[in-house]
Amino acid sequence: MTDRIDLGFVPLLDAGPLIIAARMGFAAEERLHLRLHPARSWSALRDMLASGHIAAAQMLSAVPIAGRLGLGGAAVDFEAPLVLSLGGQIIGVSHDLAAAMRDAGHSPGFHDAFATRTALRRARPSGLRFGVPFPFSMHTELLHQWLGDEPGWRTVTVPPGRMPEALISGEIEAFCVGEPWGSYAVECAAAELILPGSAIWSAAPEKVLALRGGWAEANPDLAGRLLRAVWRACRWLVQPDSLAAASDLLARGDALNVDPEMIERALSGHLLLSRSGVTVDSPGFVNFHEGAANFPWRSQAAWLGWHMGRRHGLDGTQAAEAAAACWRPDLFRQHLGADAVLPAASAKVEGANPLPVTAGANRGTVLLGRNRFFDGRIFDLSAPA
Amino acid sequence: MSSHPLSIVIVDSDSERARTICDGLAGMAGARYAIVPPGPGLARRIAALHPDLVLIDADNASRDEMEELTLASGPMERPVAVFVNQSDSALTRAMVEAGVAAYVVDGLTQARVAPVVDAAIARFNMLQKVRTELDATRAALEDRKVIDRAKGIVMRARNIPEEEAYALLRRSAMEKGRKIAEIARAVVTAAEVLK
Repeated sequence: MTDRIDLGFVPLLDAGPLIIAARMGFAAEERLHLRLHPARSWSALRDMLASGHIAAAQMLSAVPIAGRLGLGGAAVDFEAPLVLSLGGQIIGVSHDLAAAMRDAGHSPGFHDAFATRTALRRARPSGLRFGVPFPFSMHTELLHQWLGDEPGWRTVTVPPGRMPEALISGEIEAFCVGEPWGSYAVECAAAELILPGSAIWSAAPEKVLALRGGWAEANPDLAGRLLRAVWRACRWLVQPDSLAAASDLLARGDALNVDPEMIERALSGHLLLSRSGVTVDSPGFVNFHEGAANFPWRSQAAWLGWHMGRRHGLDGTQAAEAAAACWRPDLFRQHLGADAVLPAASAKVEGANPLPVTAGANRGTVLLGRNRFFDGRIFDLSAPA
Repeated sequence: MSSHPLSIVIVDSDSERARTICDGLAGMAGARYAIVPPGPGLARRIAALHPDLVLIDADNASRDEMEELTLASGPMERPVAVFVNQSDSALTRAMVEAGVAAYVVDGLTQARVAPVVDAAIARFNMLQKVRTELDATRAALEDRKVIDRAKGIVMRARNIPEEEAYALLRRSAMEKGRKIAEIARAVVTAAEVLK
């Protein structure tokens, strides 16, 4: 018998795994009918999940943690049994700011976080406003990691599709947003892309599959089928042969409703930086699967909890612990043991792997992808700093 | 909390609906209303009005900007919370279904806000019903038009009278298990291609 699950998403590249699971037969394979509900804002998606209108959703990795820490407008109890994507964020600036950066004598490389930061500081010594899609988001966290105590910069919340408008109106001069909306701003507002999120943190958990606390325990069979369908969709998405089909599927009117070429550029990391036609290859720009990317490492949640908590006046260690508890590697192990190679540990030192490394696993070893911060810092859950 | 008149801000991308909702709530004593259009700088524009309660259509892409108001950045600021959460799931459901979200400032009692939120839910529901009916009427009219065009095409192509043309369309719809308007649309499209 086929069971129905209602799933929510916000139209972004990293809604891909859910859309692919529903449309490419991965759900059907698990006798699931995934009914997809697009939402126009993260707040709306959060309400839909909290109220039970949907059973699961693509969610900003920081939202379950904000809920757990009591930050923000709604006290929600969400859990993440699977990471949908690493990376995929892009930082861009207005045409004028790009020109000012060039006038200041800089043409930093696209992956050079230090030089780009210096160029920004020279062009705007008293700071500037960055558009981010949500106050609780990896976009916000990456900017804090990168800019730290640079003078005068701040964030303003702007819905992804409205970045062009906000740039043109002068509300913001720069943005950090998920693809394809950075490329969209290049097209609609002559923005220029200056740095991928992966240049700040090469393995930043961007979106998770979010469930209401307790739902997986109350519906173990459904939860297992859902996790398997989504995990297999993630695996399919990273196959080189899938690129064209995935781009077409995600570009459709019932999904992201943009030019398929824009999706293809983001999926392949082959980005068009400006209207003048400059392109760049950004390997590892977004990762839906490789290097155990879907495993919900508690250390990722702790990293988010530590930084978000401390910035909002909470005790860092307590915030990290509370955050780590809403990532559910145990559910991943329970339901994906036959499909995925399971790492022996559920936490790791974030930022410690400038190159991929092998780690102990249930079946031999598992290859973990690159995990590095731009300035070489590390985050160790047992001794956070 | 003092009993100063509640200051209520309504945000809606549809200005007509915003006005209707505002009119609907205006009968409630002890409240002041302002309508704020969505767009750049929404959070800043709302904060400048110091509202006690913000009502916003849930489908509004600008909603996420409201989240900024939940983070008080100064000691004089009153942080804002989403009016309901999981602790009151019946009301959350009603709001999600009606498509309205409410944000209230810290310290405001539920008793003062609930009547306004209830009225807003009722108003949103009513408007949604009117809209759905209007859409259905429009669709029916649209169907009528396309069936008439298809009938004309069949009449000319086969040189048959109107009733026969209609019967042909209806039979074809029944055989294929589709709506007569769908068959009519296919006929019209085909005729355009073959023109």
